[in-house]
Amino acid sequence: MKTVYLDHHATTPLDAEVLEVMMPYLTTEFGNASSTTHDYGRRARAAVEQGREEVAALIGAEQPDEIIITSGATESDNLAMKGLALQRADHSGHIITIAIEHKAILDTARFLEKQGFSVSFAPIDRYGLVDLEELRGLIRPDTFLITIQAANSEIGTIQPIAEIGAIAHEHNLLFHTDAVQALGKVDVDVVRDHIDMLSISAHKIYGPKGVGALYVRKGIRLQPLIHGGGHEMGMRSGTLNVAGVVGLGKAALLAKRDLVSESARLTALRDRLRQGIESRIDLVQLNGHPTRRLANNLNFSFSFVEGESLMLGCRGFALSSGSACTSASLQSSYVLRALQVPDAIAHSSIRFGLGKSNTDEQIDALLELLVENVKRLREMSPLYDMAREGIDIESFSWSEHDHHNH
Amino acid sequence: MDAWDDYTEEVMDHYEHPRNVGVVDNPDGVGIVGNPACGDVMKLSIRVENDHIVEAKFKTFGCGAAIATSSMVTEMVKGKSLDEALQISNKAVAQSLGGLPKIKMHCSVLAEDALKAAIDDYRKKKKEK
Repeated sequence: MKTVYLDHHATTPLDAEVLEVMMPYLTTEFGNASSTTHDYGRRARAAVEQGREEVAALIGAEQPDEIIITSGATESDNLAMKGLALQRADHSGHIITIAIEHKAILDTARFLEKQGFSVSFAPIDRYGLVDLEELRGLIRPDTFLITIQAANSEIGTIQPIAEIGAIAHEHNLLFHTDAVQALGKVDVDVVRDHIDMLSISAHKIYGPKGVGALYVRKGIRLQPLIHGGGHEMGMRSGTLNVAGVVGLGKAALLAKRDLVSESARLTALRDRLRQGIESRIDLVQLNGHPTRRLANNLNFSFSFVEGESLMLGCRGFALSSGSACTSASLQSSYVLRALQVPDAIAHSSIRFGLGKSNTDEQIDALLELLVENVKRLREMSPLYDMAREGIDIESFSWSEHDHHNH
Repeated sequence: MDAWDDYTEEVMDHYEHPRNVGVVDNPDGVGIVGNPACGDVMKLSIRVENDHIVEAKFKTFGCGAAIATSSMVTEMVKGKSLDEALQISNKAVAQSLGGLPKIKMHCSVLAEDALKAAIDDYRKKKKEK
């Protein structure tokens, strides 16, 4: 049996319609979009411009040339933050973000701190939601950028980006949002939501890997990270990945077309899984926001059961966990830790990332496996015994634990 | 699930059909090692007769590798003298399972530590008697 894919926050399969429109640009239409002295180049240029328009339409950008093509959202995040920061003559100033951003934001923020910029983290509540008043209070005279994600990839919490954008603009700051997880599930409009820069990834919306975009509002200048032929309004040099842009455009078009219907379908599927878990398994905890949540995301902790062992039990389903034992770093999820979720609960978490191909039948089959394996693994768990005996696991004096360093 | 491909058949067999799950009645020695904050805890209880381990049972909170090594160590110690049991290393447990992915080797240390802790506990109790 083919493994059921439930990890759509990590990546999505390429849509057949997207592949179809890309194919000519991987074969006969090989022109360089910058070589417009002949038909080959002009056709490639036209295809790129159509892709740009489709991306612009998805996010409500007023002009297609506000869309800068990149290699993906990591590059887009880097370009937004470094490109803006390094444009500042004195290489100083203040950036506000939150602790549950993607590493492309967090590591770039750390890099900029080393360059002399300062970074503040706006407090988030236990659901991951940013506190708008606290955010407002962090703004300083030298603040020049707020960057806060539209939605989180692990816990699915949707941030109030329109309100954040309004606060930024009240203070004449720029607002960047990494909208990778939100696009296709949440209606995002850069004008209505006061967004100055926005990161997009094609492969999270059923497009190809290796291509993305950064929306940059007209008039904003960024220091390029990649110098060369002056492509992409001088902000990102390099011969364009024509097939990739065509695929990104088509994926954006489909995301816009199916936004309402697919979000509704995913919400129903998600709620079926959620209700099944909550009604059939005790001692579970929903991580992330109960209502302000991506249509395709659930994140549950199953107390006293380690996440990796539970995933093994759910054979035939591709899932992910916030457990240390599934990460190379041997650390539990930094997102869950930032929400003050106790480590033991973080190790017990499973993320369910639903997508286009998932069905009610798959969810029901998964539920059976979850019920059966949580029961089985709890019977095997010394922590479950302790809890039943009334021993507090948090305050128990555990042995010094250093075997991870052997 | 990709993790199935990372593990040997022996590991998956012990994960799916763990041997000796539970707690020995009136155990002679008990070892609890690990920490829920680190994602793994193992409780190993043993019954000892004539300085030999005649029964060993485990309870483990941990990943597939932690469960499989726990199960395997309870099989390996059965009938062994305490001194022989103390010679069992995490590497030997992992080898008996046909090996573990490199990143999971640390999980097998839990089994070795729990065994040592249970034997220590037995010897401490014996002295007190």
